[in-house]
This record gives sequence, structure tokens and C-alpha cells, in this order.
Amino acid sequence: MEITPEKLRWIYSTMYRIRRFEEVLLEQTALGKSMGVAHTSDGEEAGPTGVCAHLTDKDWIGSTHRGHGHCIAKGVDTSGMMAEIFGKYTGLCKGKGGSMHIADFTKGMLGANGIVGAGIPLAVGAALTAKLKGDGTVGVSFFGDGATGEGTIHESMNLASIWKLPVIFVCENNHYAESTPVEYAVSVPDIADRAAAYSMPGVVVDGMDVFAVYDAAGEAVARARAGDGPSFLELKTYRYHGHYHADDPHTYRLPEEEELWKARDPLPNFERRVAEQYLMDDVEMERIRNAIDEEIQAAVKFAEESPLPPLEELYSDVYVNYSNSVLGLR
Amino acid sequence: MTIQTSHNPLGPGFDVPGSEMRYREAFNKTLGEELRRDPDVFVMGEDVAGGAGREHLGIIDSWGGAFAATKGLIQEFGKERIRDTPISEAGFVGAAIGAALTGSRPVVDLMYFDFITVAWDQLLSNAAKNRYMFGGQGKIPITLFARSGVAAGYSAQHSQNFYSIVAHIPGLKCVAPSDAYTCRGLLAAAIRDDDPVIICNHKKLINMSSFVPDESFTIELGKGRYLRRGSDVTLVGMSYTSEVCRLAAETLAEHGIDAEVIDMLSLSPVDEDIVLESVAKTNRIVIVDEDTPRCNMATDIAALVADRAFDSLDAPIKRVTGPHTPVPYSKPLEDAFIPSPADVVATTRALLGV
Repeated sequence: MEITPEKLRWIYSTMYRIRRFEEVLLEQTALGKSMGVAHTSDGEEAGPTGVCAHLTDKDWIGSTHRGHGHCIAKGVDTSGMMAEIFGKYTGLCKGKGGSMHIADFTKGMLGANGIVGAGIPLAVGAALTAKLKGDGTVGVSFFGDGATGEGTIHESMNLASIWKLPVIFVCENNHYAESTPVEYAVSVPDIADRAAAYSMPGVVVDGMDVFAVYDAAGEAVARARAGDGPSFLELKTYRYHGHYHADDPHTYRLPEEEELWKARDPLPNFERRVAEQYLMDDVEMERIRNAIDEEIQAAVKFAEESPLPPLEELYSDVYVNYSNSVLGLR
Repeated sequence: MTIQTSHNPLGPGFDVPGSEMRYREAFNKTLGEELRRDPDVFVMGEDVAGGAGREHLGIIDSWGGAFAATKGLIQEFGKERIRDTPISEAGFVGAAIGAALTGSRPVVDLMYFDFITVAWDQLLSNAAKNRYMFGGQGKIPITLFARSGVAAGYSAQHSQNFYSIVAHIPGLKCVAPSDAYTCRGLLAAAIRDDDPVIICNHKKLINMSSFVPDESFTIELGKGRYLRRGSDVTLVGMSYTSEVCRLAAETLAEHGIDAEVIDMLSLSPVDEDIVLESVAKTNRIVIVDEDTPRCNMATDIAALVADRAFDSLDAPIKRVTGPHTPVPYSKPLEDAFIPSPADVVATTRALLGV
């Protein structure tokens, strides 16, 4: 699939932005700056980037507890994200959601979800709205291998199939649900095989190769926009860190396995490919990296210097048009 | 028009054009009006039309929803807006929430209130919390309706009143109409409301008739109403137990007891003011709830009165509820489960020593 120079730059910037955001967030979490848990996605950057490269702000994505990469690929501001994770009032959700619940409706980011599998029907619903309004938008659901054990994925795939909804189911198979290996928890070698049960294309994709993801997602999004119904992509990928910031993955996986995956790291993989084909040069890529390093440092500074939410925020946003009179009995 | 129910004791004689109508007819008529009024409103659920996909055989609207709640709507609004679903409560309730977040106003038929547990995570984790945890971004204008209540041998898994489970959750609203009139006003209000609202349609009410205005109207969510004014004791009902309280009050009058009857209508938000206003006058309260006794709505209202109106009370707060058992099947057992007007009369007479 043809990629314009602008899109190539966007892809590289996005993957590097996700990488740096996660690395810096882990440093800041170790310093005690995050007010809660942080589930990082470094290693998995090619997935959200290759998929969201085909989307606009009008398309909706649903995300997971490991959602920073999805947010960034959908264009969500990294300062607002960092401030949210630091529990600040300037965060995208006023400090009321945290890392697991970042949303930005202006960017078509329907929210990260802390309940595994619970976000999947929401993307189906977004696609239902798209179909009823006939506006040509699509819904994309990102979820992990762990979520494929939930009933919601099966119900959602069935509904999307019988109603021919414009949905792309994107399974990021990072091979571990917390500490549980995928080969123990999933009954098929390739999760994409399950797509056949719901009469939709199921494609296994190298999730470490952004060009492979870009091509597969391009076909799936085009199919959805054409009214031909849902698709299922299984991206074989790997999270470099533990389930969350304080999880040591070496209690359940071997360093040798990590080295095999890191040898296929999506960033050097991309850099090598574009250099070979003279599409981008080292100077340009370094300039992009430097700018993003500064952006992420600025995000940390913004988050650090931002105010905490006022205590009235405890009570607001429960309902649209009813101010909750029960403030807690004392 | 919006009717302020707590200040207007209503019923037959309400001075607007209207007619006697069954509860389910009022529901169907109102739902049709809302579909006509707003193109973003659509209906989905199991068998809301029925026989889906058999149009080529001339089959359309074979069910029209359980108890004919949605009968005839597919002819006017088509299968995209009257959408039959497979039996996938978590999937289609979740999809409805996603549709609501992105600009639709879904009305979902859950069939029986008991089935809410199958969809519960979507309601609890998404519908109730998305707005709050996303800092006020987005709204979830979804209306769910379900048949509730103990009746006609539906037994343990098709009879429950999960009011308190829903009312417990910040972010959800719950209404329990008590007749055709309140069904009409509360359904329109629920569909036009920007928050998730669950409507409990008691099976015993569905075929009962009452006066219903011709013109569309809403009843404000969170407001109860007086069904009867009195001075000796306050009887509090919700859904079908409002009818039970009304019948009990008639019998009590024969014994010289002048009961005031409150019909809660909304269970979340709950109208605390009407309860406190009444008990300040009568100094005695009996709360009637068909649900099982632990942690139910009656207990919540009793706690409110104990906390805020203790000094008004001349007698203990009494609750009349179902027992702490599943709902049984056989008629004598089922009858024994349900709080009856006789139970309310006996409890009230004992309370007053009359």
C-alpha cells in the first residue's frame, strides 16, 4: 500500500512519541509522580500507529487499560495525558480518570477501559451510530489477547457481523494476560482463526512491523467504509515491561524470549526500511526524535506545575442534569 | 408540558383531554411519539419486532415485544430503528452505550428485569461511570425498560425487583411507574433525559387502565406524588406497591384511620422531600416494597426517616416487604411472598393500636 512522505513522518513521529511517553512515564512513576498504576505499551507501538494512520478525528476508537499508545496514535495531547496520570486538574479528564480512563472525545478517543473486554461493545455502538446516521465513519476496538476470553468479544463480533457494521476488531496479542501466557489461555494457535466463526476476515499480522499493520488495517478500514462489514486483525506483538509499572515480568518469562522480540523492535525496523529506500534520512529522523523528546519533557513540566483538582470535582459529572444531593453521609 | 407531580395530586378528573388506556398502550403510544419527535431515538432488544429477517415470507412484527410493548412500531419506523437483537444482553446493552456516547438515543428492551445481571458490567462500568471518569466528556442518553415484579407464576428468575441494585449505583437513574398515566410521563422524560434511565414496568400494571392525557407530557425525574392525602400515617409505595398502598388506605379508612399515600415514582434520584414532608405531618410511616428485605428501597427510605425525621416519629418505622427468599412458583407460595393490602392494613393497625 502506497504511503505518502507526510504519512511516513507521521508514522515515525507517532511510534517514537509513544515510546518516549511510556519510558518517561515509567521514570516519573518510579519518582512517585503518577498517582496510580501505569500499564505501559512500549514494544507495541506499530499496532495503534499502523491502524490509526487510516482514521480521522470523526472515527471512534475504544481502548484498554494499556491505552496510552492508542491515545497518542489518535492524536491526543501528551501534556493532557501526563497531567491526567499525575492526577492534575489540567488532565484530559480533570484528574478523575487516571491512566486507565483517558478519553478525548474531540479526537474520537472513546476512552480507555479498566474492565478487560468492556470497551469492545462501545466501538460496536459507535459503528451502529455511524450506520444509522450514514456518515461513513468507522469504530475501532483495540483489545488484548486476554480480552478474547471475555463474552463481550464474542457477542460484539456476532452483532457486528449480522448487522454488517463498520467495525475493525484489533487484537493486540502481546502474549501475556497479566502473567498468564496466551498458549495456556486461548484454545487456538491464532486468535484470528476465530473470525471465521463470525463470518468476517481474520488476518494474522506482524505487530512489530508498522508497514504490515498499515497494509492490513488499510484493507479493513476500506472494507468498513465501503459498507462491507467488520474485520478482525490479530497483531502479534510484545510488551517490553511488566503488566504494570511494578510488575517484574521475569517471574513468568525468560530474558532470552524478550531479546528475540526486541531484536524485531518496531522503531529500528522502521528506520532501517526507510533508510534503505531513501524515504527518510537519519538527520530528519533525529530531528523528529529531538522534537519529541522536548515535547515529552514539556509534558512532564506541564503536569508537575498544574494545579490539583478542586474538591468540588468529587461531586460533579455524575449526571448531566441532576446535581447529586447525597454528598456522603457524615 | 412538564407536570410537577409532588404538588399536583393527579388521577381521573385531571382537567385535560385524554382517555382511559392500558399501561402498555400508554407505553407504546409514548414510545412512538418519541421516535417520531427525534430521529436519533431508536429501539433495540430481543423480539422488539420478532421474526426478524423473514420479510420475504411476509412475516413482520410477529411479537412486537414481550407484552406487545413495541407492537406496530416497525411498520412506521423500519427495522433499522426497531432493531431485533440476538440474545446478547452484554453485547447489545454495551453497543447501546457506545451508540449513546456517539450521538444516538437508544431505547433498549431488556425484557425481564432479572436479565439486567447479564448486562450488568456494561451498565455498572460504562453507562454509570464513563461520564464521571472522563471528566464530564460525553453523555449516555440511554433508556432501558424491563418487566419487573412478582406475578402469574414467573417464579425465581423472571420476577425480581432489582430497584436497590440500580439505585445503589451513582450515575444510573431508575423509575418505577405505578399506572398508565405515570408510565407515559416518565417514559417521555427518560428518553429525553441525557443520563441512563432504567424503567421498571410491573407485570401486574401492564394490563391495568387509567386516565392518560392525549398530549405528550413529561413527569420530572426524581419526584414522587401523593396518591391520597391523610393525617394519621404515611404509606409509601413504588411501582405496584403504590396500588397496594392505595387499596390498603381505603380499608384503613373503614377502620377510622386516615392514611396518606406516597407513590415514589423515581427510585434514583429519590424524592426525599416528599417523604420528610409527609412524615412531619403524620408522625408514622409504613414503607411497602415487593423486593426482598435486606438492603432494599424500603430500608433506604427508613434510614432517611430515622436520620432526618426521628423527632417527628410517634412510632417505629415499619417496612412491609417480600421475604428473604427467591420468588416461588406455586400460587399460594407466590401470594404469600407478595406484600398484600391486607398485610399493609394489619401492620398499620398494629402500629396505631387500632
